[in-house]
Amino acid sequence: MRRLLIWAPLALFALVFALVAGGLIKPGDRTIRSAMVGKPLPALALPALLPGKPGIATAELKGKPRLLNIFASWCIPCIAEAPQLLKLKAAGAEIDAIAIRDTPAAVQNFLAQHGDPYARIGDDKASAAQLALGSSGVPETFVIDTAGQIAYQHIGDIRAEHVPMLLAELRKAK
Amino acid sequence: MIAEAGLAALWLAAAFALVQLMVAWGAAKHGANPNVGTLMTALRRIALVQGLLALLSFALLIALFVRSDMSVELVAANSHSLKPLIYKVSGAWGNHEGSMLLWVTVLAVAGAGVAAFERRLAAGTLAATLGAQAAIGLGFYAFLAFASNPFVRLNPAAPDGQGLNPLLQDPGLAFHPPTLYLGYVGLSVAFSFAVGALVMRDVGPAFAKAMRPWVLGAWIFLTIGITAGSYWAYYELGWGGWWFWDPVENASLMPWLAATALLHSVTVLATRDGLRAWTLMLALVAFAMSMLGTFLVRSGILVSVHAFAVDPTRGTFILALLGIYIGGALALFGARVGTVTQGSTFQLVSREGALVLNNLLLTVILGVVFIGTLYPLAAQAAGVQLSIGAPFFNKALVPVALALVVATAAGPLLRWRRDNWNALAKRALVPTAAAGLAFALLFALARGAHFTSVVAIALSVGLAAASVAPVARRNLRRTPLHVWGMVIAHLGVATSIAGMAADSAFKVERLAAIQVGQNVTVGPFRVTLAEIRPQIGPNWSALEARLQVRRGESKMFELLPQQRFFSTPPTTTNEAAITTLLDGQLYTILGQGDDQGRWQIRLWWKPFVTFIWLGGGLIALGGLLALIGRVRRERRDAETEAYS
Repeated sequence: MRRLLIWAPLALFALVFALVAGGLIKPGDRTIRSAMVGKPLPALALPALLPGKPGIATAELKGKPRLLNIFASWCIPCIAEAPQLLKLKAAGAEIDAIAIRDTPAAVQNFLAQHGDPYARIGDDKASAAQLALGSSGVPETFVIDTAGQIAYQHIGDIRAEHVPMLLAELRKAK
Repeated sequence: MIAEAGLAALWLAAAFALVQLMVAWGAAKHGANPNVGTLMTALRRIALVQGLLALLSFALLIALFVRSDMSVELVAANSHSLKPLIYKVSGAWGNHEGSMLLWVTVLAVAGAGVAAFERRLAAGTLAATLGAQAAIGLGFYAFLAFASNPFVRLNPAAPDGQGLNPLLQDPGLAFHPPTLYLGYVGLSVAFSFAVGALVMRDVGPAFAKAMRPWVLGAWIFLTIGITAGSYWAYYELGWGGWWFWDPVENASLMPWLAATALLHSVTVLATRDGLRAWTLMLALVAFAMSMLGTFLVRSGILVSVHAFAVDPTRGTFILALLGIYIGGALALFGARVGTVTQGSTFQLVSREGALVLNNLLLTVILGVVFIGTLYPLAAQAAGVQLSIGAPFFNKALVPVALALVVATAAGPLLRWRRDNWNALAKRALVPTAAAGLAFALLFALARGAHFTSVVAIALSVGLAAASVAPVARRNLRRTPLHVWGMVIAHLGVATSIAGMAADSAFKVERLAAIQVGQNVTVGPFRVTLAEIRPQIGPNWSALEARLQVRRGESKMFELLPQQRFFSTPPTTTNEAAITTLLDGQLYTILGQGDDQGRWQIRLWWKPFVTFIWLGGGLIALGGLLALIGRVRRERRDAETEAYS
């Protein structure tokens, strides 16, 4: 009994070691699963930020699957993702945007420099719409299906390798 | 040149650690040889040089940060030429690579300290201890050299640095990590002593006396680190709580719990030659908890609110070190502890008995925190995602913690070796009466307060009364310093527990949405929102609420909570405004405004919440007095022996 007891700490340690090593080798699913996926888009009524481009109203975002991109002119990853958005648009995706805590002049400048893929831009001065969407940072992109439900949430910037996946999500969202 | 010199110093220190390990091996093997003295002298000098080289390397890294040398990748990523000097200096360890270099430096300097000051241990045991210390050092040198070199150049050099997270630009946080590291590394010395004693089969009072100051020192730093970290989270994060049971917090609590148990059992070993195997085990466990803590924080394996730059490669490296050192030491323990003889025995009702009880309760608490922290990982292995929070820990720990308060009160009232129940009951009369009176008063006055909290406050009053018993009716000036240390530390525990219980029993929270000119009451306070105004700081802008607070008829004072916006990187922080009164704190937060001109104001009245950190300070102070007292007494004893 006493001999067994002496080796118990080592056995316990081996167990913990295996557990921790297992956790390290096969990391858990660290992606933040959106609680919003499968739910209808929350009611948004965001005024237009730029003249000539409408704002965002939930009722209008129906009938065709589309992307809703959350961005800001002060956000550096948004610059990195801009070319991918243009590619998505060229592939036929309709893209709307919510600009977070931004000014018309800065956004105008951003779009002039990095291209303008957007059909609509809603103005979210206080991040209220962002919070309503359950989004935690910029950039983020939602796939909205034909019925106006959130089908997919992409956190972080869209890189080149994400483009086919997003197009597939759009096709699925019909 | 400075970066290359720093890297060279680091490699040289590593080489010296290797030599130290080999010389120590030789010295430990030939411990009985009369010529081993020469080898021991060489070993001591090698350890000193290793410490100095590591220190030089770290000093050079600080120099790079102070000079804002942007041709070094680490500086460019973590500093900025316009930062205040203090944050340039603290930037040196406010990142992964620098903090690991700090860790190795403290480790090497501690080894040098053992080599320079330890005179009482047998030559072989000291050699084995310094060898173990060198072996630990080697692993971490390898980690720095191969996985996190802080001196990597950046070509071309950056025009300027990327700065530091504004949340981290706080004097409290600049000194929080090094404090905890000093504690962790102090426990590595205790670990090395235990390994040395196991290797040489030399477990006795001399070994315990050599180890005790290091355990005390580590414990003091851990206490300060945890207390300061708790207060920092409380005022900086703006959620009004003082402990979150977050994995990263638990990572610092677990070594502290093990060190507290070790501190008490090492005293039994040093003064009564009992609890030999148990003390060895605790020394191994305490350092295992330090390494596990480092691993949890650095690998990012558990989801934590603390955002660290995490990297699985580094996690693997630390895990491998953990496996080698802790696994190796536990195997050594299994192989050798059978040869450790039992030492002196004692009766159940005795000071030793109370200390064993205290150790068992602390171990249970450690086990619960350990399981609660790692359980999500086990669940993940089974394919379930979950997290464990305050409800689990509170439910599981509060009863054990209250039992521990009783044991802490009983210990100093008991005599060594043997005592009897009647004598204990007589000595416990005053503390028991104090606890009973406190309970009756609270029960009558604070109706509706949570029952457990009332019990906790009453028990802490009893503990306070029992704590001063060892100095009551005694010549105060002839009472040894370490006894004062124990008294003050135990008073600190009573103070902290009373603070925690008072906060959970009596705090009042109000969330209100009010317009300028309106007011809201919380506890005894009437708070008026006088104004919302903009404020501009060096690298932030803020909205600031001017709150006018009045308590009864007393004089009005103002509190100015802010919502701060930082532009690079874009972050919003809530700057709480807190006023500290004799009987507690009023804690205020400014939230969002709405389109009707109302502002969310969050208020907490937290009676006696400051006792939590005041108690932590007292515990650390008690530890410091005990350390000074012990070291002085050791020195005096050594002198007496030399003259006799």
